[in-house]
Order: sequence, then structure tokens, then C-alpha cells
Amino acid sequence: MEKSKIPQNIGPVGESKPRIDAREKVTGAALYADDIQFGHRLLHARIKRSPFPHALIKKVDVSKALALPGVKAVVTGADFPGFIGLYLKDRHIFCRDRVRYVGDPVAGVAADSPEIAEQAIRLIEVEYEPLEAVFDPEFGASPQAPLLHPDLDKYTVASFILPRSGSNVSNHFKLRKGDVTAAWGKCKAVIERKYRIPHIQHVAIEPHVAIAKVDQTGEITLWDSSQSPFAQRDLIAETLGVSQSKMRVIAPVVGGGFGGKAGVSMESLAVAIATKAKGYPVKLLLTREEEFYTAFVRQGLVAYFKMGCDGNGKLLAMENTYYWDGGAYTEYGVNITRAAGYSCTGPYEVPNVHADSYCVYTNHPVGGPMRGFGMPEMHAGLEQCIDELAREIGMDAVEFRRRNCLRAGSSLPTGGTIHPIGLLECLEKSAEAVEWGKKAPPSAPNKRRGKGLALMWKAPAMPGNAGSSAWIELSEDGMLTLGVGAQDIGQGAFTVIAQMAAAAFGVPYESVRLAMPVDTRYSPYEWQTVASRITWSTGNAIVNAAKDARKQVLELVAMAWKEEIQDLDIVNGKVISYKSEREIPVKDIAIKGLPKEGGKGWMGGPIIGRGNFMPSDVTGLDAETGQGEHAVVHYTTGAQAIELEVDLDTGRVEILKGVAAFDVGKAINPDLVRAQMEGGLVQGISSALFEQLKLKNGAVQNPSFVDYRIATATDIPKVFQSILVEVPQDDGPWGARGIGEHSMVATIPAIANAIYDAIGVRFEGPPFTAEKIYLAMLDAGIVKG
Amino acid sequence: MSFHEIQLTVNGNLEHVTVPSNMTLMHMLREVMALTGTKNGCSAGECGACTVLLNGEPVNSCMVLAAECDGAVVITVEGLAGDPLQDALIHTGGVQCGFCTPGVLISARALLNRNPNPNDEEIKEALVGNLCRCTGYVRIIDAVKEAARVKTQ
Repeated sequence: MEKSKIPQNIGPVGESKPRIDAREKVTGAALYADDIQFGHRLLHARIKRSPFPHALIKKVDVSKALALPGVKAVVTGADFPGFIGLYLKDRHIFCRDRVRYVGDPVAGVAADSPEIAEQAIRLIEVEYEPLEAVFDPEFGASPQAPLLHPDLDKYTVASFILPRSGSNVSNHFKLRKGDVTAAWGKCKAVIERKYRIPHIQHVAIEPHVAIAKVDQTGEITLWDSSQSPFAQRDLIAETLGVSQSKMRVIAPVVGGGFGGKAGVSMESLAVAIATKAKGYPVKLLLTREEEFYTAFVRQGLVAYFKMGCDGNGKLLAMENTYYWDGGAYTEYGVNITRAAGYSCTGPYEVPNVHADSYCVYTNHPVGGPMRGFGMPEMHAGLEQCIDELAREIGMDAVEFRRRNCLRAGSSLPTGGTIHPIGLLECLEKSAEAVEWGKKAPPSAPNKRRGKGLALMWKAPAMPGNAGSSAWIELSEDGMLTLGVGAQDIGQGAFTVIAQMAAAAFGVPYESVRLAMPVDTRYSPYEWQTVASRITWSTGNAIVNAAKDARKQVLELVAMAWKEEIQDLDIVNGKVISYKSEREIPVKDIAIKGLPKEGGKGWMGGPIIGRGNFMPSDVTGLDAETGQGEHAVVHYTTGAQAIELEVDLDTGRVEILKGVAAFDVGKAINPDLVRAQMEGGLVQGISSALFEQLKLKNGAVQNPSFVDYRIATATDIPKVFQSILVEVPQDDGPWGARGIGEHSMVATIPAIANAIYDAIGVRFEGPPFTAEKIYLAMLDAGIVKG
Repeated sequence: MSFHEIQLTVNGNLEHVTVPSNMTLMHMLREVMALTGTKNGCSAGECGACTVLLNGEPVNSCMVLAAECDGAVVITVEGLAGDPLQDALIHTGGVQCGFCTPGVLISARALLNRNPNPNDEEIKEALVGNLCRCTGYVRIIDAVKEAARVKTQ
């Protein structure tokens, strides 16, 4: 980016402006997808779902459902032959010949009321032939496992995803660097560990909802709660065999996403049903129970780590194997396993690396993107191993990390070196914040106190050519209206986009508004609101759009005033000349231009700026070694530290202090960055202490808020500390890089390390529930039964 | 299915409506009155997004039948216009996706009505039934304290 073109005074960038969408959200004015009123012609959809984890469909009889008064449409897999999927097209909209998880959609109904639709669903008769199922990813990857996708070879797949023919492995990422076999002999200490990370759910408070309408001309409109309106337009249209421009997606305010509303999931069901009930809006609203077992889940992980270091604590080798429980369809999940592959070492410089990351089909719920995209699961074990290896050679865990963590120029596992990062500063500051090395006495005799720390890294995981675009329109009152296809899912994207546009163009923050809701018919293209890429990628696009609009304004004024552009500037909504000291409000020229000299017509015209951004230097990686020039655009790094107490009478963990330190490049809005760090830390605490989808023969046993507990206001740390580190990213707007997802990546291991510090016990995996901890303390003789 | 004619006050307005016997207060507010600020997060009384004040008490409106509300006084988030809690939530940054926000505002209003100067523990207890997945609650708690200060000044 040409830094010189950005005004010296960066205005609202770097300031903690209030959210641009806060007022509508605190007054009840904000319209979410389920709030839109469609009138009495609205039909209600329900889905007939598989009760089996794996079975062949022998027969589907919908005749009784169709005969029920009030039923407008019944659809099955026979109606929709196409495949759908983001990176690997491995699923149909409705199952056709086989079901692969408990909850797999088999048929859909649209009816006058939810009650009639539910009744119709019960009248659909399906005959199944149950098959042997796979519930464990290691078994699933073995030659003994039944094949869940016998046609895997025939699926359309992205070039960087590598399915293994004749197996359940839908992606195998291999990384080979140096010589681990030779390195083990040089190690002073080597440890080997296994971890098992359970499936969890995103649990946005707003359930998934989609309303689809196909009009009499065949035009499709979808209103939904979405992180990915453009990807949905692309994929659903393609699967239904219609052109993308015949499909319109309108995505109003999103009530929480965390990855669960990315890509395509239940939205395609609503559209498919609507194609058979033309002219009617058809609403599909998932129940909370369906949210738990039919929406994307965070994949389970079985991870093996082997790592060794020399006597000075220098890491010499890692051999890591990740078996991902990808679930019934891995169309999106394959790329999570790739990300875990190229990031396999965590944020450390390791000269010898051997890693395999397997995405394995199982008959579990469908794995998909969730905040962290594989990194929280992978770091959960890896960052405990780092503590254990340090302990093995008698070194302090912070000192061990200090000696090994990445700094500018360190070599990456994929080859090449890393850009400037502030990881070491994050480590030092978070250690200092918890007074690392000092042991405070517990608050009561029946408590044990501990401290733990963990590092993390994460890169945006996306195709190398994932693009963003933006426009800026000026109105008569001097307001800037911004068009973006990026979505605000609560993270504050619209606010920072407005701040960046205001700063880059030269108006106050209050003079900017966003064209909302995102509507694929009018909004500019955005790949998806995922990967913590919006501040960076859409940020670059909006800066380019602002520069374009600014150039148009300055060229016009320069011509009118007979001055040079370099003597002009836009400050606070006014064009000013540093040379002649003339000034004119932008609003006076935004629409109607300026008169030519002597009344000889006009010049200028309505101002619209446009800008886009797409990374241009991400390269492929070698299929056998995972080596390449530039695996990802960049990494965000950081640290979290925890101080906690374990109650010896109950096993309950209380978080006393939670510290987060991240290198965000540049905090466009420091308060919003801190809010991400706090919210992510609590979501991380929740995943560490409480959350697990309990699966039995493929069925989720705890699909409700009563049985699947998430953190409440009473579970949060007594003290939060958020530390911003700003080492600029060379291709980021004002140096910014992403932070949304990173904030829960290191939390599980930081807590596990603190529990170990308190009671000397480690676990194969979270959640570290009071019951689990109490039983472990009994086993270890720390308490007596 | 039977129907009930009821009369109730919602956000200060007297309303006459006919509701089916199985309709919840939440659905009546959202679908009949188009007061969509009250959110449907679980329909099971577990998340708190649909919290409203019913005769001054915070309730999960998905767990109350509309037919039971004859003669009742109901306040929803749309009835909180000008409440210092709204400004406080904006100021502290206690809003992210906003889906839990209406229920949080109602629970916090109920708390401040009965206890104008709550401490941290009392605030957390009052909000324990309002699940929030975005904020980590810390700025919501700050907002309740800030609003309490505004009110008591």
C-alpha cells in the first residue's frame, strides 16, 4: 500500500469509537433475519432427519405427508441430484441413497404452520438398511474401517486438498522438514503424549434461520443469518443449476457466528424446499436441539505429539500426528486439517519436523469452521507438551518458550521465514501480568492455586485468491455511504471499516454510514466473513475505495482552483489548499460537481469510489513435504496466562485472573480489540471447563442449554487484563492484522498448565469439569474419599 | 384449538388481542405485535434472550402463555427508550452481536429497580439466566454499574 497517500492525521483510526450499530442493538431496532415479517403467506419448513448414524435409504414414502391439509410442498433427495461443498463437494442438499449421521436431512416439508409441518414430517415413511458406523477417527483412517464415501475419488475438490483414494481420509496434509530420526539422538529430553479434544458447538445465541422465496420467474431470494452471503449465492446456485445472478442473498444483522454461519449448511435446505413452493416465502428456523446436532460442530481431534530438545532447551524436533474427526461430510473441514498441518509446530522454530494431519470421515455430526479453525484443538495438547518438555530438562516454562518462540526472521515449518511479529513481547508482558514465578498463597485452606501460560499462532486459512471489494458513495449532506459485502457478526467489522474509510478519505467517523443489510444484488463482493480476515482484507479494499473517491474530489478541485493536487487535502470533510488556503466542503461538490469558468458548463459529477483487495503472493505447498515459498498471508501471534484455584472439596476451578496479550499489528479500535480478547477468553474458558458434545453411537446426548453448559456471568475471571502489542503488518491497513479468533486459541492449554501447577494432574483432554478433577485428585491421593 | 380475547398493557399501550391457547407471550409479542426486539434463542426458557418484564418481574416470555397475560403490564426492550442502561452499554462496549442484549437490558433493569446500587456479585447473579456468547460479560457488568451511578447521582 502507498502509505504516503494516507493522510498524516489518521483521525478515527486508533481511537475507541462506539460501535456504529450499537444504538439499534440496545433499542430493539436491529432487524435479524427471524425478525423480518413476511405476512400470512409465509410457509414454515421442517426437516425429516435420519435416526441412524449410517444407513442406506431403501425407500422414502411422502404420500401421507403430501395428503395432509396445509402442506404446500414435500421434497426429498430425489429432487436435487447436485453436490454441494466449499472445498470438497461431498454432500447432497438432501440425502439420496445413504445417511451418514444422526440428523442427516432426508426430506423437507413446507406447510401453513410449524405444527402442520411437524405433523407432516412424522407422516413421511423412510425405510433404512443400517450399516456399520465409524465413531473414531483413528479407526476411520485404518484399512479395516467401512468406507463412508465410496465415491470420494469422484468428488470435485480444491487443488490444495488431497483426499486419499480408497479410504475415509478426505485430506492428508504431510509436512517433512529436516530429519527427525537423526534429531532424536541429539536430544537431551524427548516426550511423547496423546490428547483427545472433544467436539463442541458454537452456540451463537441466535439460532440458524433462513427464509427462501422462488418467484414465478425463477429468481431466488434468500434472507438468512449469514457470514457468507456470496459463498452461499455461488454454491447454492451452482448446485441447483441456476446462474449465480438469478440468486440473491440478503443477510441482515447476525446474532453471533463464530464460524457456524459460514459456508453453506441449512440454508440450502430452505432454498431447495422453496423451489417446490413457488411464490411463497419459506422459513426454516432450527430449534435449539437441532442447533446442537445438525449445525456445523467443532471437529474432534486425537493428537499425538513427540518432541525433543537439547540441554539448553532448544527444540530440535517434533513429530505430530493429527486425526481429525471430520464427521459425515468434510466439505469445509478439510481445510481446517490443512491449516493444522502447515501450522503444526505452534509458534516455535523447529529445525526437524514430521507431521501428518488427517481429515477422517466418521458418522458424527458435520465438522466445520469454528473460532480458531483447528488452532485451539491443536494448541490444547501442543502447549501442554511444551510445559512438560521444559519441566523434563528442569527449565522454567516461560524461559523455555523465550528460547524457542518465533521472532522476525525465524524459519517456518513450511520453509521461508516469518515477518516481524511481537510474540516475545506478548510472552514477556503476559508473564509479568500474572507475576510469573511468584507463588501466592491460596485464598482458603481447602484450595490450591496455580498459574499457567500458553502461546499461539494462527494464519487466515483461505484460498490464496480470497478477495474483498468495497465502494464509497458521497451524498448531498457530505455523508459517506460504504458498500461492503463483509458482515458484522458482532466482532465490530462495520465499525472499524467505517473508521478506516473516514480516516482514509478525510471525514469524521460520524460522517460515515454503512449500506446495510449486506445484499448480494447491491453489495460488492466479499469471499466470506471468516478467518479473522475482514479488518485486514476488507480494510485494504475500503482504503483503496476511499483513495479512489478522494482522488476524484481532489482532481476536480485542483482543476477548478488551478492548483496542484499535492497542495490539496481533505480534512474534516473539507477540501483545503495548503498553498492558497482556500477551502470548500466536500458536500458542495459531492453530487453536482463545479461550474466551469465563465459559465461554460460543468465539471465533475456524483462521486463513487471503488476498491478491491486480493492477496497475490500465496503459493501452493508441495504435496509430499508441505514446503513452499509463502504458505499463508501472515500469522497473528499472542499469549494467554491464567491464575486459578482448584477447590479440593469439589474439584471446581475458579479463574482468578485471565491475561491476554496479542500482536494485532495496529489496533484500529483498541476497545473493540480488547472486547474480542475478553469475549474469546471467556469462550475459551467455557470450552476448557464445561463444554463437550456427548456422543453415543453418533447421537448427541446433551442437545440443550441445561445439559450443554456454557459460561455464564458467574464463571468469568475476577480480573481481566488485555495487552495490545503493535508490530505492524506490512500488507495490513495501518499495519493491522486479525484478532477475532485468536483470542480463544491458547486458553485450554493455559488453564491445563495452571491446573497442573495447582494440583500436579494432567488430563487427556478437556473439559476440566469439577467431577473429572475431583476424581483425578482422588486417584492421585491429593484428597481422600 | 381454543382462542382467548385478552387485554394487556405493552410498553404503556393498551392492547386488545385474540390469541390461540398455545401461543406464548414471546410469539404474541414477536408475531402479532411485531415487537421483534424480544428474541427467540431457545424457546425453552434456558437462554434469557426473550426476557421481558411481566408485572415488573423479569420472565422468559417463551415460558408464559399469552392467554395468561390478560390484564398484565408488559415491558419489552422497545419500552426501555431512554433508559440509562442503553447508553451505558454503548459506552462500555457491552454489545457485540446484540442478540442477547434485549434480554440483558430487561434483567438489568429489573435488578436496578429492586437494588439501585448492586455490587459485582449481585449483578452477576441477576444476569446468570442471560447467556451471552460474545462479550465475556465483563463490559455488560461494567454497564450496569455505570447506569447505577447515573441513576443515583
